[in-house]
Amino acid sequence: MLCQRCQQRPATVHFTKIVNGDKSEYHLCESCAKEKGDLFSKAAQAFHFNQLLSGLLNMESSPGFNAPPATANRCSRCGMTYSQFTKVGRFGCPHCYESFAPRLEPLLRRIQSSTSHTGKVPLRSGETVKVKKNLERLRRELQECISTERFERAAQLRDQIRELEQRLGE
Amino acid sequence: MSLSDFLQTAMSRWMKDGGPEDDIILTSRVRVARNLEGIPFPVLQTDSHANQVIEQVDRALHTPAVTKLGQFELLRCSQLSALDRQVLVEKHLISRDLAEQGRHGAVAIRTDEVVSILVNEEDHLRIQCILPGLRLNDAWSLANQLDDALEESLTYAFHERYGYLTACPTNVGTGIRASVMMHLPGLVLSGNINRMLTAVSQVGLAVRGMYGEGSESAGNLFQVSNQVTLGESEEEIIGNLSGVVHQLIDHERNARRALLYESREALEDRVCRSFGILAYARRMDSKETLQRLSDVRLGIDLGIIKGVSAGILKELMIMTQPAFLQKYYKQELTPAERDVRRAALIRERLRLDDSEVR
Ligand SMILES: [Zn+2]
Ligand SMILES: [Zn+2]
Repeated sequence: MLCQRCQQRPATVHFTKIVNGDKSEYHLCESCAKEKGDLFSKAAQAFHFNQLLSGLLNMESSPGFNAPPATANRCSRCGMTYSQFTKVGRFGCPHCYESFAPRLEPLLRRIQSSTSHTGKVPLRSGETVKVKKNLERLRRELQECISTERFERAAQLRDQIRELEQRLGE
Repeated sequence: MSLSDFLQTAMSRWMKDGGPEDDIILTSRVRVARNLEGIPFPVLQTDSHANQVIEQVDRALHTPAVTKLGQFELLRCSQLSALDRQVLVEKHLISRDLAEQGRHGAVAIRTDEVVSILVNEEDHLRIQCILPGLRLNDAWSLANQLDDALEESLTYAFHERYGYLTACPTNVGTGIRASVMMHLPGLVLSGNINRMLTAVSQVGLAVRGMYGEGSESAGNLFQVSNQVTLGESEEEIIGNLSGVVHQLIDHERNARRALLYESREALEDRVCRSFGILAYARRMDSKETLQRLSDVRLGIDLGIIKGVSAGILKELMIMTQPAFLQKYYKQELTPAERDVRRAALIRERLRLDDSEVR
């Protein structure tokens, strides 16, 4: 098959682009794909470098694999669909992690050692995160204190929780 | 420092200097992936998104927090010739992927070339620190400082549960990729390399040949790196990698000792023969160059070859690559011409050391 664009070199890069549900197929030669320099060639490259990951991702659609129902098929911010993600192996924007959260969890369990971050937290934007994590911990402790009738400690905890909630502006 | 100075200054610090365990570990590298909040990842980037990222990074580089750590020069890939980009790839300052991002990519390089920031590669930012020898903790600490300094003016995409958000979920969490480049001729010559590499990959680390595939790596150079980025802290990730690397160093040293004890003559013949070829050959291709350099370096480490500087493997490994060679001779060269010039450059370099072969 010849390249759709230049009609000179053989088409070696093949992909399907889906825009608002409209499917169009592309068959380009290496240099035309590169020249386009947009999502297409990047997607093709990413696929090439990321076959392993794609393999993992595609397992989800294979029969017998209980994938969670696709609640969000498209990221509300960047418009990427989950099936595009499985082809490209890359998310479109930071918000994709929220948009595809239900399907992300089993994936992370396979490719990572856990599904929650325990490392570095950014200093500035991380302040809120730290406060929220503290709050979570204090609330858990409060529940424990109440169920074991340690009311003095519970009162202390309640004050601390109030203070943190105020800092978060809740 | 101007662009041309950048590229003409032949060697980065990691190529010149030594470091701990540098008879086996050539370099330690830490790379941290970061993305900016509210901007699509490079895979979906428009020109204007890409410019936003580059401009934000450029502004951040001029804040006191960052200038305190050094002077950076920001270069857009579109301003660089294909050859200049290739030189940066050969010097390990940018990735092959970034070199191909002619339109949106950029790189900020600190004048000593120890630290660089890859912009708009797979992620918005990849902060990279590369040091000679086994210095993973130092490399992480430098990358970490720069990350903190940048974060004073950049707002990163960070998620309470998933950590630093990256384009590919294989990097999410810490976003860290720590790696060491190891010279393992002992394990290759003694036939133990495959067993070692399999063992390493079973403890969650990735190994690849630097030049070539799997255990076929020309020059016996291997890169070992962490695979998991989520669920472990940066220190744990580096600690695990260091632990395995120390074990590999022990195995390599044992293998070298055994070779010297069991087949001294064969080993001496091999390294001296390679030295002779490097010193006199008139045509050398890249692959043979790496193999011969590996032999000579082993000979130096085992005391068989004296009077040749140990840095020769690292130095010539980079200097003899296609783009670097053309930069050095200031002209375009066909592969056949390169082989001739490569051999000449090696002979010249060896003559710098007042060499004697026992
Ligand atoms: Zn074409
Ligand atoms: Zn998105």
